Amino acid sequence: MSKLSVEHLLGIKYLTEEDIQLIFETADQFKEVINRPIKKVPSLRDITIANLFFENSTRTKLSFELAEKRLSADVINFSASQSSVKKGETLIDTVNNILSMKVDIVVMRHPNVGAGIFLSKHVDAKIINAGDGTHEHPTQALLDSYSIREKLGSVKGKNVVIVGDILHSRVALSNIYALKLQGANVKVCGPTTLIPKYITSLGVGVETDIRKALEWCDVANVLRVQNERMDVKYFPSTREYSQLFGINKELLDSIGKEIVIMHPGPINRGVEITSDVADSDSSIILNQVENGVAIRMAVIYLLAQQIKR
Amino acid sequence: MSKKALLNANEIQIILQRLACQLIENHNDFSETVLIGLQPRGIFVADRIADILRNEYGVKDLHLGYLDITFFRDDFRRRDEPLTATTTKIDFLIENKNVVLIDDVLYSGRSVRAALTALQSYGRPNNIELLVLIDRRFSRHLPIQPTYRGRQVDAINEEKVLVTWKETTENDGVFIESK
Repeated sequence: MSKLSVEHLLGIKYLTEEDIQLIFETADQFKEVINRPIKKVPSLRDITIANLFFENSTRTKLSFELAEKRLSADVINFSASQSSVKKGETLIDTVNNILSMKVDIVVMRHPNVGAGIFLSKHVDAKIINAGDGTHEHPTQALLDSYSIREKLGSVKGKNVVIVGDILHSRVALSNIYALKLQGANVKVCGPTTLIPKYITSLGVGVETDIRKALEWCDVANVLRVQNERMDVKYFPSTREYSQLFGINKELLDSIGKEIVIMHPGPINRGVEITSDVADSDSSIILNQVENGVAIRMAVIYLLAQQIKR
Repeated sequence: MSKKALLNANEIQIILQRLACQLIENHNDFSETVLIGLQPRGIFVADRIADILRNEYGVKDLHLGYLDITFFRDDFRRRDEPLTATTTKIDFLIENKNVVLIDDVLYSGRSVRAALTALQSYGRPNNIELLVLIDRRFSRHLPIQPTYRGRQVDAINEEKVLVTWKETTENDGVFIESK
Protein backbone atom coordinates (compact mmCIF):
# COMPACT_ATOMS: atom_id res chain seq x y z
CA MET A 1 0.00 0.00 0.00
CA SER A 2 1.54 3.25 -1.06
CA LYS A 3 0.74 6.93 -0.92
CA LEU A 4 2.19 10.14 -2.29
CA SER A 5 5.07 11.69 -0.35
CA VAL A 6 3.63 15.19 -0.87
CA GLU A 7 0.47 16.89 0.37
CA HIS A 8 0.00 19.12 -2.67
CA LEU A 9 1.05 18.82 -6.30
CA LEU A 10 3.01 22.04 -6.66
CA GLY A 11 5.75 20.88 -9.02
CA ILE A 12 7.61 17.80 -10.19
CA LYS A 13 10.61 19.11 -8.23
CA TYR A 14 8.98 17.98 -4.99
CA LEU A 15 8.09 14.46 -6.16
CA THR A 16 10.06 11.24 -5.85
CA GLU A 17 10.41 8.57 -8.51
CA GLU A 18 8.08 6.35 -6.44
CA ASP A 19 5.44 9.09 -6.49
CA ILE A 20 5.61 9.19 -10.28
CA GLN A 21 5.32 5.41 -10.55
CA LEU A 22 2.34 5.41 -8.17
CA ILE A 23 0.63 8.11 -10.23
CA PHE A 24 1.28 6.12 -13.43
CA GLU A 25 -0.02 2.85 -11.98
CA THR A 26 -3.14 4.60 -10.72
CA ALA A 27 -3.59 6.31 -14.09
CA ASP A 28 -3.45 2.89 -15.79
CA GLN A 29 -6.59 1.92 -13.89
CA PHE A 30 -8.32 5.21 -14.67
CA LYS A 31 -7.47 4.86 -18.34
CA GLU A 32 -9.41 1.60 -18.30
CA VAL A 33 -12.28 3.37 -16.50
CA ILE A 34 -12.55 6.18 -19.08
CA ASN A 35 -12.76 3.62 -21.87
CA ARG A 36 -15.78 1.87 -20.32
CA PRO A 37 -19.31 2.42 -21.65
CA ILE A 38 -19.99 4.32 -18.40
CA LYS A 39 -16.89 6.37 -17.72
CA LYS A 40 -17.52 7.40 -14.16
CA VAL A 41 -16.61 6.15 -10.68
CA PRO A 42 -18.16 7.36 -7.41
CA SER A 43 -14.93 7.71 -5.36
CA LEU A 44 -14.98 11.48 -4.80
CA ARG A 45 -18.67 12.10 -4.40
CA ASP A 46 -18.16 13.95 -1.11
CA ILE A 47 -15.28 16.12 -2.38
CA THR A 48 -15.61 19.62 -3.83
CA ILE A 49 -12.99 21.00 -6.18
CA ALA A 50 -12.49 24.60 -7.31
CA ASN A 51 -10.78 25.26 -10.63
CA LEU A 52 -9.22 28.70 -10.40
CA PHE A 53 -7.83 29.88 -13.70
CA PHE A 54 -6.17 33.27 -13.47
CA GLU A 55 -4.76 32.74 -16.94
CA ASN A 56 -6.33 31.51 -20.17
CA SER A 57 -6.57 27.80 -20.74
CA THR A 58 -8.71 25.51 -22.83
CA ARG A 59 -7.20 22.07 -22.82
CA THR A 60 -5.93 21.94 -19.23
CA LYS A 61 -9.14 23.37 -17.81
CA LEU A 62 -11.36 20.99 -19.77
CA SER A 63 -9.12 18.07 -18.89
CA PHE A 64 -9.17 18.85 -15.16
CA GLU A 65 -12.90 19.44 -15.18
CA LEU A 66 -13.55 16.17 -16.98
CA ALA A 67 -11.21 14.28 -14.64
CA GLU A 68 -13.03 15.73 -11.61
CA LYS A 69 -16.45 14.87 -13.02
CA ARG A 70 -15.38 11.34 -13.94
CA LEU A 71 -14.46 10.90 -10.26
CA SER A 72 -17.90 12.25 -9.23
CA ALA A 73 -16.51 15.31 -7.44
CA ASP A 74 -18.52 18.53 -7.27
CA VAL A 75 -16.82 21.17 -9.39
CA ILE A 76 -16.87 24.96 -9.35
CA ASN A 77 -15.10 27.02 -11.99
CA PHE A 78 -13.63 30.43 -11.76
CA SER A 79 -11.98 32.60 -14.40
CA ALA A 80 -10.07 35.70 -13.44
CA SER A 81 -11.51 37.68 -16.32
CA GLN A 82 -15.00 37.55 -14.76
CA SER A 83 -14.03 38.02 -11.14
CA SER A 84 -13.35 40.31 -8.23
CA VAL A 85 -9.62 40.04 -8.94
CA LYS A 86 -10.28 42.83 -11.41
CA LYS A 87 -11.71 44.84 -8.52
CA GLY A 88 -8.48 44.56 -6.52
CA GLU A 89 -9.00 41.50 -4.31
CA THR A 90 -5.84 39.67 -3.20
CA LEU A 91 -5.17 36.03 -4.08
CA ILE A 92 -5.48 34.83 -0.47
CA ASP A 93 -8.76 36.68 -0.01
CA THR A 94 -10.17 35.29 -3.23
CA VAL A 95 -9.21 31.74 -2.32
CA ASN A 96 -10.31 31.98 1.32
CA ASN A 97 -13.69 33.23 0.18
CA ILE A 98 -13.99 30.24 -2.08
CA LEU A 99 -12.81 27.88 0.65
CA SER A 100 -15.44 29.13 3.08
CA MET A 101 -17.89 27.50 0.70
CA LYS A 102 -16.30 24.20 1.87
CA VAL A 103 -13.94 23.39 -0.96
CA ASP A 104 -11.45 20.53 -0.44
CA ILE A 105 -9.11 20.83 -3.42
CA VAL A 106 -8.00 23.87 -5.43
CA VAL A 107 -6.67 23.48 -8.96
CA MET A 108 -4.97 26.72 -9.88
CA ARG A 109 -3.35 28.27 -12.90
CA HIS A 110 -1.72 31.63 -12.28
CA PRO A 111 0.57 33.92 -14.31
CA ASN A 112 2.96 34.40 -11.36
CA VAL A 113 5.77 31.98 -10.55
CA GLY A 114 5.27 30.24 -7.20
CA ALA A 115 1.60 31.19 -6.81
CA GLY A 116 0.66 27.63 -5.89
CA ILE A 117 3.46 27.30 -3.34
CA PHE A 118 2.43 30.61 -1.76
CA LEU A 119 -1.18 29.51 -1.57
CA SER A 120 -0.33 26.13 -0.06
CA LYS A 121 1.30 27.91 2.87
CA HIS A 122 -1.69 30.13 3.60
CA VAL A 123 -4.87 28.20 2.94
CA ASP A 124 -6.28 24.94 4.23
CA ALA A 125 -6.89 22.91 1.06
CA LYS A 126 -5.03 20.60 -1.26
CA ILE A 127 -3.42 22.64 -4.03
CA ILE A 128 -2.80 21.31 -7.53
CA ASN A 129 -0.66 23.54 -9.69
CA ALA A 130 -2.09 23.71 -13.20
CA GLY A 131 0.69 26.02 -14.38
CA ASP A 132 2.36 28.92 -12.55
CA GLY A 133 3.85 31.45 -14.96
CA THR A 134 7.07 30.20 -16.54
CA HIS A 135 7.79 27.87 -13.61
CA GLU A 136 6.08 24.44 -13.54
CA HIS A 137 3.16 22.58 -15.08
CA PRO A 138 3.40 19.23 -13.30
CA THR A 139 0.36 17.41 -14.68
CA GLN A 140 1.51 18.18 -18.25
CA ALA A 141 4.95 16.68 -17.53
CA LEU A 142 3.35 13.64 -15.93
CA LEU A 143 1.08 13.01 -18.90
CA ASP A 144 4.01 13.52 -21.28
CA SER A 145 6.11 10.91 -19.48
CA TYR A 146 3.09 8.64 -19.20
CA SER A 147 2.57 8.89 -22.97
CA ILE A 148 6.24 8.06 -23.61
CA ARG A 149 5.95 5.08 -21.25
CA GLU A 150 2.83 3.93 -23.08
CA LYS A 151 4.43 4.27 -26.53
CA LEU A 152 7.97 3.02 -25.81
CA GLY A 153 7.46 0.81 -22.77
CA SER A 154 9.49 2.92 -20.37
CA VAL A 155 11.06 6.32 -19.94
CA LYS A 156 14.34 5.12 -18.45
CA GLY A 157 17.29 5.37 -20.82
CA LYS A 158 15.31 7.08 -23.59
CA ASN A 159 16.74 10.13 -25.36
CA VAL A 160 14.28 13.00 -25.25
CA VAL A 161 14.79 16.38 -26.88
CA ILE A 162 12.64 19.35 -25.94
CA VAL A 163 12.49 21.76 -28.86
CA GLY A 164 11.55 25.43 -28.86
CA ASP A 165 10.99 28.20 -26.37
CA ILE A 166 12.64 26.70 -23.29
CA LEU A 167 13.02 30.08 -21.56
CA HIS A 168 9.32 30.80 -21.19
CA SER A 169 8.13 27.23 -20.88
CA ARG A 170 6.82 25.73 -17.65
CA VAL A 171 6.20 22.54 -19.63
CA ALA A 172 9.93 22.33 -20.40
CA LEU A 173 11.03 22.74 -16.77
CA SER A 174 8.53 20.23 -15.39
CA ASN A 175 9.41 17.80 -18.17
CA ILE A 176 13.12 18.09 -17.44
CA TYR A 177 12.54 17.29 -13.75
CA ALA A 178 10.21 14.41 -14.55
CA LEU A 179 12.39 12.86 -17.25
CA LYS A 180 15.61 13.13 -15.26
CA LEU A 181 13.90 11.59 -12.23
CA GLN A 182 12.91 8.59 -14.33
CA GLY A 183 16.39 8.15 -15.80
CA ALA A 184 15.91 9.56 -19.30
CA ASN A 185 18.59 11.52 -21.17
CA VAL A 186 17.40 15.02 -21.94
CA LYS A 187 18.54 17.70 -24.37
CA VAL A 188 16.99 21.03 -25.13
CA CYS A 189 17.10 22.57 -28.59
CA GLY A 190 16.18 26.10 -29.71
CA PRO A 191 17.57 29.53 -30.49
CA THR A 192 20.26 30.40 -27.90
CA THR A 193 18.21 33.43 -26.87
CA LEU A 194 15.39 31.12 -25.78
CA ILE A 195 17.57 28.72 -23.78
CA PRO A 196 18.13 29.72 -20.15
CA LYS A 197 21.77 30.38 -19.31
CA TYR A 198 22.16 27.82 -16.51
CA ILE A 199 19.97 25.09 -17.96
CA THR A 200 22.90 22.63 -18.01
CA SER A 201 22.95 22.73 -14.20
CA LEU A 202 19.78 20.60 -14.37
CA GLY A 203 21.79 17.91 -16.11
CA VAL A 204 20.49 18.46 -19.62
CA GLY A 205 22.44 18.93 -22.83
CA VAL A 206 22.03 21.89 -25.18
CA GLU A 207 21.82 21.52 -28.96
CA THR A 208 21.25 24.37 -31.37
CA ASP A 209 21.12 22.27 -34.56
CA ILE A 210 17.69 20.70 -34.94
CA ARG A 211 18.98 17.98 -37.30
CA LYS A 212 21.61 16.81 -34.81
CA ALA A 213 19.05 16.90 -32.03
CA LEU A 214 16.61 14.75 -33.98
CA GLU A 215 19.33 12.29 -35.01
CA TRP A 216 20.13 11.81 -31.32
CA CYS A 217 16.64 11.45 -29.89
CA ASP A 218 13.91 8.81 -29.55
CA VAL A 219 11.29 11.38 -28.62
CA ALA A 220 10.92 15.02 -29.65
CA ASN A 221 8.67 17.13 -27.46
CA VAL A 222 7.95 20.25 -29.50
CA LEU A 223 6.91 23.43 -27.71
CA ARG A 224 5.06 26.50 -28.88
CA VAL A 225 6.80 29.85 -29.12
CA GLN A 226 5.12 31.84 -26.37
CA ASN A 227 4.85 35.25 -27.99
CA GLU A 228 2.57 36.47 -25.20
CA ARG A 229 5.38 36.12 -22.64
CA MET A 230 8.02 37.88 -24.76
CA ASP A 231 8.70 41.50 -23.89
CA VAL A 232 11.57 41.82 -26.37
CA LYS A 233 12.35 40.13 -29.69
CA TYR A 234 14.20 36.88 -29.16
CA PHE A 235 14.57 35.95 -32.83
CA PRO A 236 14.33 37.95 -36.08
CA SER A 237 11.12 36.49 -37.54
CA THR A 238 8.66 33.64 -37.22
CA ARG A 239 9.65 32.58 -40.73
CA GLU A 240 13.30 32.31 -39.74
CA TYR A 241 12.39 30.39 -36.57
CA SER A 242 10.32 27.95 -38.56
CA GLN A 243 13.13 27.46 -41.10
CA LEU A 244 15.78 26.82 -38.45
CA PHE A 245 13.80 24.98 -35.74
CA GLY A 246 10.52 23.92 -37.38
CA ILE A 247 9.99 20.18 -37.78
CA ASN A 248 8.67 19.10 -41.17
CA LYS A 249 8.24 15.81 -42.98
CA GLU A 250 11.27 16.21 -45.27
CA LEU A 251 13.53 16.73 -42.26
CA LEU A 252 12.11 13.71 -40.42
CA ASP A 253 12.26 11.49 -43.54
CA SER A 254 15.87 12.44 -44.19
CA ILE A 255 16.85 11.24 -40.70
CA GLY A 256 15.50 7.80 -41.46
CA LYS A 257 14.54 6.61 -37.99
CA GLU A 258 11.33 6.47 -36.02
CA ILE A 259 10.96 9.47 -33.71
CA VAL A 260 7.97 9.94 -31.43
CA ILE A 261 6.59 13.46 -31.86
CA MET A 262 4.86 15.17 -28.95
CA HIS A 263 3.37 18.61 -28.46
CA PRO A 264 1.60 19.97 -25.36
CA GLY A 265 -0.63 22.22 -27.47
CA PRO A 266 -1.84 24.61 -28.63
CA ILE A 267 -0.02 23.98 -31.92
CA ASN A 268 0.97 26.80 -34.23
CA ARG A 269 0.78 24.73 -37.39
CA GLY A 270 3.51 25.64 -39.86
CA VAL A 271 5.67 27.36 -37.22
CA GLU A 272 7.21 24.81 -34.82
CA ILE A 273 5.67 21.80 -36.54
CA THR A 274 4.01 21.25 -39.91
CA SER A 275 0.57 19.68 -40.33
CA ASP A 276 1.86 16.53 -42.02
CA VAL A 277 4.07 15.82 -38.99
CA ALA A 278 1.46 16.76 -36.37
CA ASP A 279 -1.09 14.43 -38.01
CA SER A 280 1.35 11.61 -38.86
CA ASP A 281 1.52 8.15 -37.30
CA SER A 282 4.63 9.04 -35.31
CA SER A 283 2.76 11.84 -33.55
CA ILE A 284 1.15 10.96 -30.19
CA ILE A 285 -0.32 14.43 -29.64
CA LEU A 286 -3.91 13.21 -29.30
CA ASN A 287 -2.86 10.31 -27.05
CA GLN A 288 -1.33 12.94 -24.78
CA VAL A 289 -4.71 14.63 -24.50
CA GLU A 290 -6.49 11.36 -23.67
CA ASN A 291 -3.82 10.42 -21.13
CA GLY A 292 -4.16 13.88 -19.59
CA VAL A 293 -7.58 13.00 -18.19
CA ALA A 294 -6.34 9.69 -16.72
CA ILE A 295 -3.26 11.33 -15.16
CA ARG A 296 -5.32 14.14 -13.63
CA MET A 297 -7.82 11.63 -12.25
CA ALA A 298 -4.92 9.75 -10.65
CA VAL A 299 -3.40 12.88 -9.10
CA ILE A 300 -6.73 14.11 -7.74
CA TYR A 301 -7.64 10.64 -6.44
CA LEU A 302 -4.31 10.18 -4.66
CA LEU A 303 -4.44 13.64 -3.05
CA ALA A 304 -8.11 13.30 -2.08
CA GLN A 305 -7.23 10.05 -0.33
CA GLN A 306 -5.17 12.08 2.15
CA ILE A 307 -8.13 14.28 3.15
CA LYS A 308 -9.44 12.79 6.36
CA ARG A 309 -13.10 13.07 7.12
CA MET B 1 -1.53 -15.17 17.47
CA SER B 2 -2.77 -18.65 16.62
CA LYS B 3 -3.55 -20.09 13.23
CA LYS B 4 -5.94 -22.99 12.75
CA ALA B 5 -6.22 -24.86 9.46
CA LEU B 6 -9.78 -25.05 8.18
CA LEU B 7 -9.39 -26.60 4.73
CA ASN B 8 -6.43 -28.22 3.03
CA ALA B 9 -5.61 -28.28 -0.67
CA ASN B 10 -7.53 -31.48 -1.29
CA GLU B 11 -10.66 -30.26 0.47
CA ILE B 12 -10.56 -27.00 -1.46
CA GLN B 13 -10.33 -28.96 -4.72
CA ILE B 14 -13.40 -31.04 -3.82
CA ILE B 15 -15.38 -27.91 -2.94
CA LEU B 16 -14.37 -26.17 -6.19
CA GLN B 17 -15.47 -29.26 -8.14
CA ARG B 18 -18.87 -29.16 -6.46
CA LEU B 19 -19.27 -25.41 -7.09
CA ALA B 20 -18.38 -25.93 -10.76
CA CYS B 21 -21.03 -28.67 -11.03
CA GLN B 22 -23.63 -26.44 -9.38
CA LEU B 23 -22.86 -23.75 -11.95
CA ILE B 24 -23.35 -26.26 -14.77
CA GLU B 25 -26.77 -27.25 -13.36
CA ASN B 26 -27.95 -23.65 -13.56
CA HIS B 27 -26.13 -22.32 -16.59
CA ASN B 28 -26.16 -25.15 -19.18
CA ASP B 29 -23.59 -24.31 -21.87
CA PHE B 30 -22.59 -20.91 -20.43
CA SER B 31 -23.41 -19.13 -23.70
CA GLU B 32 -25.35 -16.45 -21.82
CA THR B 33 -23.19 -16.54 -18.68
CA VAL B 34 -20.07 -14.65 -17.67
CA LEU B 35 -17.84 -15.32 -14.67
CA ILE B 36 -16.34 -12.30 -12.94
CA GLY B 37 -13.67 -12.67 -10.27
CA LEU B 38 -13.27 -9.84 -7.76
CA GLN B 39 -9.79 -8.36 -7.44
CA PRO B 40 -7.53 -8.96 -5.73
CA ARG B 41 -8.19 -12.44 -4.29
CA GLY B 42 -11.43 -13.59 -5.88
CA ILE B 43 -9.64 -14.03 -9.20
CA PHE B 44 -7.87 -17.16 -7.94
CA VAL B 45 -11.20 -18.85 -7.18
CA ALA B 46 -12.55 -17.67 -10.54
CA ASP B 47 -9.48 -18.99 -12.40
CA ARG B 48 -9.74 -22.42 -10.74
CA ILE B 49 -13.45 -22.77 -11.44
CA ALA B 50 -12.99 -21.64 -15.04
CA ASP B 51 -10.19 -24.22 -15.45
CA ILE B 52 -12.41 -27.01 -14.11
CA LEU B 53 -15.30 -25.98 -16.38
CA ARG B 54 -13.08 -25.81 -19.46
CA ASN B 55 -10.82 -28.79 -18.91
CA GLU B 56 -13.02 -31.30 -17.13
CA TYR B 57 -16.46 -30.44 -18.43
CA GLY B 58 -15.53 -29.17 -21.90
CA VAL B 59 -17.22 -25.77 -21.62
CA LYS B 60 -16.21 -23.79 -24.69
CA ASP B 61 -16.09 -19.99 -25.04
CA LEU B 62 -16.35 -19.36 -21.33
CA HIS B 63 -16.23 -15.62 -20.60
CA LEU B 64 -14.05 -14.82 -17.60
CA GLY B 65 -13.27 -11.31 -16.35
CA TYR B 66 -11.62 -9.63 -13.39
CA LEU B 67 -13.27 -6.67 -11.69
CA ASP B 68 -11.45 -4.15 -9.51
CA ILE B 69 -13.78 -2.39 -7.08
CA THR B 70 -11.32 0.07 -5.49
CA PHE B 71 -12.97 3.19 -6.92
CA PHE B 72 -16.42 1.99 -5.86
CA ARG B 73 -15.64 1.18 -2.24
CA ASP B 74 -17.49 2.99 0.52
CA ASP B 75 -14.49 3.35 2.85
CA PHE B 76 -12.50 5.81 0.72
CA ARG B 77 -10.95 8.40 3.10
CA ARG B 78 -12.33 6.49 6.10
CA ARG B 79 -9.39 4.17 6.68
CA ASP B 80 -5.75 4.72 7.63
CA GLU B 81 -4.29 2.57 4.88
CA PRO B 82 -4.54 4.05 1.39
CA LEU B 83 -6.51 2.06 -1.19
CA THR B 84 -4.46 0.78 -4.11
CA ALA B 85 -6.22 -0.12 -7.31
CA THR B 86 -5.64 -3.32 -9.26
CA THR B 87 -6.45 -4.19 -12.85
CA THR B 88 -9.93 -4.61 -14.26
CA LYS B 89 -9.98 -6.97 -17.21
CA ILE B 90 -13.44 -7.26 -18.72
CA ASP B 91 -13.30 -7.30 -22.51
CA PHE B 92 -16.98 -8.09 -23.05
CA LEU B 93 -20.28 -6.41 -22.27
CA ILE B 94 -22.57 -7.92 -19.66
CA GLU B 95 -25.77 -6.54 -21.20
CA ASN B 96 -28.50 -9.21 -20.80
CA LYS B 97 -25.98 -11.78 -19.53
CA ASN B 98 -26.17 -13.91 -16.42
CA VAL B 99 -23.30 -12.77 -14.25
CA VAL B 100 -21.64 -14.91 -11.60
CA LEU B 101 -19.56 -12.79 -9.21
CA ILE B 102 -16.81 -14.82 -7.58
CA ASP B 103 -14.90 -13.99 -4.40
CA ASP B 104 -12.90 -15.92 -1.83
CA VAL B 105 -14.44 -14.79 1.49
CA LEU B 106 -17.82 -13.16 2.03
CA TYR B 107 -17.60 -11.13 5.22
CA SER B 108 -19.39 -7.78 5.61
CA GLY B 109 -20.85 -7.83 2.08
CA ARG B 110 -19.46 -4.38 1.35
CA SER B 111 -17.11 -5.55 -1.42
CA VAL B 112 -20.02 -7.25 -3.12
CA ARG B 113 -22.08 -4.07 -2.80
CA ALA B 114 -19.23 -2.14 -4.47
CA ALA B 115 -18.97 -4.80 -7.17
CA LEU B 116 -22.70 -4.54 -7.93
CA THR B 117 -22.26 -0.79 -8.50
CA ALA B 118 -19.07 -1.24 -10.51
CA LEU B 119 -20.75 -3.78 -12.78
CA GLN B 120 -23.28 -1.17 -13.90
CA SER B 121 -20.51 0.40 -15.97
CA TYR B 122 -20.52 -2.64 -18.23
CA GLY B 123 -24.23 -2.81 -19.00
CA ARG B 124 -27.46 -4.12 -17.49
CA PRO B 125 -27.14 -7.81 -16.78
CA ASN B 126 -30.06 -10.22 -16.85
CA ASN B 127 -29.26 -11.35 -13.33
CA ILE B 128 -26.32 -11.52 -10.94
CA GLU B 129 -25.38 -14.46 -8.73
CA LEU B 130 -22.69 -14.67 -6.08
CA LEU B 131 -20.28 -17.54 -5.57
CA VAL B 132 -17.93 -17.57 -2.58
CA LEU B 133 -15.49 -20.14 -1.30
CA ILE B 134 -15.96 -19.15 2.36
CA ASP B 135 -19.13 -17.62 3.78
CA ARG B 136 -18.61 -16.08 7.22
CA ARG B 137 -21.94 -16.22 8.99
CA PHE B 138 -23.12 -13.60 11.51
CA SER B 139 -20.79 -10.89 10.17
CA ARG B 140 -22.87 -9.28 7.45
CA HIS B 141 -23.33 -5.48 7.41
CA LEU B 142 -25.61 -5.59 4.38
CA PRO B 143 -28.44 -7.85 3.22
CA ILE B 144 -26.27 -9.85 0.80
CA GLN B 145 -26.19 -13.66 0.64
CA PRO B 146 -24.29 -16.01 -1.66
CA THR B 147 -26.04 -18.11 -4.30
CA TYR B 148 -23.28 -20.74 -4.16
CA ARG B 149 -21.18 -21.22 -1.05
CA GLY B 150 -18.17 -23.45 -0.60
CA ARG B 151 -18.05 -23.70 3.18
CA GLN B 152 -19.88 -21.81 5.87
CA VAL B 153 -17.71 -20.63 8.74
CA ASP B 154 -18.69 -19.31 12.14
CA ALA B 155 -15.81 -17.06 13.10
CA ILE B 156 -15.96 -14.28 15.64
CA ASN B 157 -15.12 -10.73 14.60
CA GLU B 158 -11.61 -10.71 16.07
CA GLU B 159 -10.72 -13.72 13.96
CA LYS B 160 -9.53 -13.47 10.38
CA VAL B 161 -10.19 -16.02 7.66
CA LEU B 162 -7.13 -16.36 5.46
CA VAL B 163 -7.16 -18.09 2.08
CA THR B 164 -3.80 -18.95 0.50
CA TRP B 165 -3.21 -20.09 -3.08
CA LYS B 166 -0.29 -21.90 -4.58
CA GLU B 167 -0.10 -19.13 -7.21
CA THR B 168 0.96 -16.67 -4.49
CA THR B 169 2.19 -18.73 -1.54
CA GLU B 170 3.28 -22.31 -1.12
CA ASN B 171 0.02 -24.24 -0.87
CA ASP B 172 -3.72 -23.95 -1.20
CA GLY B 173 -5.33 -23.65 2.20
CA VAL B 174 -7.91 -21.90 4.36
CA PHE B 175 -6.97 -20.82 7.89
CA ILE B 176 -8.55 -19.02 10.82
CA GLU B 177 -6.21 -16.58 12.53
CA SER B 178 -6.95 -15.20 15.97
CA LYS B 179 -5.04 -12.52 17.84
